[in-house]
Amino acid sequence: MLSQQLVNGLVLGSTYALFALGFTLIFGVLRVINLTYGFYFSVGAFVALWLARSLGASIWIALPLGSLAAGLVAVVIDGILLTRLRRTKAGELPSLMVTLGAVLALYALMAALIGTEIQRFPFGFVGSTALEFAGVRVSLVQMLIVGTAFVMVAVLFLLLQYTRLGLMIRALAENEDAARLMGINVDATVVAVSFLSGLLGGAAGVLIGLNFNAIQPFMGEAMMLRGFAVIIIGGLGDIRGALVAGILLGVLEVLTAGYLSSNAKEAVGFAILVLTLWFRPVGLFGRAQVKRA
Amino acid sequence: MTNLLDVSGLRLDYGRTMAVKGIDLAVPQGSVVCLIGANGAGKTTTMRGLSGLLKAAGGTVRFEGTDITNAPAHRIARLGIRQVPEGRQVFAEMTVDENLRLGGLQAPDAGEFQKRRGRVLERFPRLQERLTQQAGLLSGGEQQMLALGRALMGAPRLLLLDEPSMGLAPLFVEEIFRIIADLKREGTTILLVEQNAQAALEIADYAYVLESGRITLHGPGARIADDPKVVAAYLGGH
Repeated sequence: MLSQQLVNGLVLGSTYALFALGFTLIFGVLRVINLTYGFYFSVGAFVALWLARSLGASIWIALPLGSLAAGLVAVVIDGILLTRLRRTKAGELPSLMVTLGAVLALYALMAALIGTEIQRFPFGFVGSTALEFAGVRVSLVQMLIVGTAFVMVAVLFLLLQYTRLGLMIRALAENEDAARLMGINVDATVVAVSFLSGLLGGAAGVLIGLNFNAIQPFMGEAMMLRGFAVIIIGGLGDIRGALVAGILLGVLEVLTAGYLSSNAKEAVGFAILVLTLWFRPVGLFGRAQVKRA
Repeated sequence: MTNLLDVSGLRLDYGRTMAVKGIDLAVPQGSVVCLIGANGAGKTTTMRGLSGLLKAAGGTVRFEGTDITNAPAHRIARLGIRQVPEGRQVFAEMTVDENLRLGGLQAPDAGEFQKRRGRVLERFPRLQERLTQQAGLLSGGEQQMLALGRALMGAPRLLLLDEPSMGLAPLFVEEIFRIIADLKREGTTILLVEQNAQAALEIADYAYVLESGRITLHGPGARIADDPKVVAAYLGGH
C-alpha cells in the first residue's frame, strides 16, 4: 500500500516539478512573477486533446506538439506583456497585476471558445497496460509521465549547464547589465526563455491531463497555486529547488489523500508553504537573498 | 591621428537629474585617455552612456566615424567597445572559466576563441589557477583581473575601464596599473576613469577633468597633472 502510494506520489510530483521548473525559470531570469504561465499549461493540454480527438494523433505526436504550441503561445504573450514590464523595471506588484488581469482574460476567452465542461482524451489514447513489481502497479501512463518529466528536466539541465544559450541565460539571470556588456542580445535571450518555460508548462499540462484524464480551461489556475507553493518552498528562481519541492509536494499530497483524507490533500502544499516562509523564507535551496535591483 | 571615439555634446540623465550636461571628448586610436573627477561628477554615468547601458538624452557618440548614439549595448559590445564596469560585475555564481567564455561569446570561431583565452590566461596566471572556482569566491583584486580578462576576451578595439583600482589593496592597484601600461604598450586604445588621479595621469596621453557633469579642463596628461587646480583638487597637493 505504502509503496503504491509512493509511486503514485512520484508520478504526480514529477508533473509538479516539470510545471514549477518553467515557472521558476522565467522568474529566475526575468525577475517577474508571470501569472500567465498557468495558461500555457491549459494550452498544452488542449492542443494535445484537440490533436488526439480531431486528428487522431497518437500521444507521441500530441505531447510534443502540445508542448511546442504552448511554447509559442508563451513567446507571443510574454512578448506582449513582459517586455514592457521588464524595460521599465516594473516591480513585483505591477507585474502581478498585469499578468493576473491578462491570465483571467485568457482563461475566460478559452472558456468561451471551448466551454468549461471537463473533457477527456479518447479511450485507449495511451494503452491501459500496467506492469507489476512486487505488488506495485505502474501503468503505462505513469511511466510515460515520469519518463517525459525526467527527460525534459535532464535536457533543461544540460542545456543550461553546457550550451552557449544556457550560458547566456544564466548570465542574464545573474546580471542583466553585465550580460549586455558581453554582447548578449537580451531581448532574443528572453524569447528563448519564454519558449522554454512555455514548453515545460505545456508538457506538464498534457501530462496532468493524462494523469487525471480530465481537461478544462481553468486547470491551469489550480496548478498555478501549487506552482507558487513549489517554487517558494524550493527557493524562488532555483531550479534544483523546484525539482525537489515539486516531487516532495506530489508525494505528500498522495500520502495525505491515502492516509488522512482527500479533502486535506489540497491543504498540504500550503501548510508546507507557510512552514517554509516561517522557518526558512529563502526556501530549501535559496541563497542568502534574492538580488533585486 | 584619427579618433576612434568621438563624443560631442553628450547629455545623460540619471534618474531625474541631468548627470552629464553636454560633454565633448575624443579618444584617438592607440592612446590612453583618462577622465578624472570627484565622486558624483558623472564619470560612471558617462561610461554607461558610452557602452549603451544608459540612453543618451542628447549629443552624439561616434565610433570610427559611425554614429552609435543610443545603439543597444549588445551591439556596441559587438563592435569591439568593451567595458570593465565599476564594481567589476563579474558573474559571481559562475566559474572563472565561464566568465571568460561569456567575454569571448562573440569570437568569430573556436580557434580565435582559444587564442584569446590563451593570451588572457598568460597575462593573468592567477585566473589559470582558479579556472574552476566560482568567481564570487575570488578576492577583490582577482575579480578585477577577471573583469579585465573577460573584457579582453572580447578583443576590444576600445577598452572602457571604470575605476579599475577602486577598493583594491595597494599591491593590486599597482598590478592593475602595470597591466594597463602593458596594454597601452601593445597599442590598445583605452578610456580610463579613475579616482586615483595621480596614477591615471601618469599613464594617460590625454586627460579630461569632469566636474558636475561638465568638462572643465583638458589637455595632455602631464600638463593636466601640473595644473595647480588639479593638483589642489585631485592630487592632494598644496
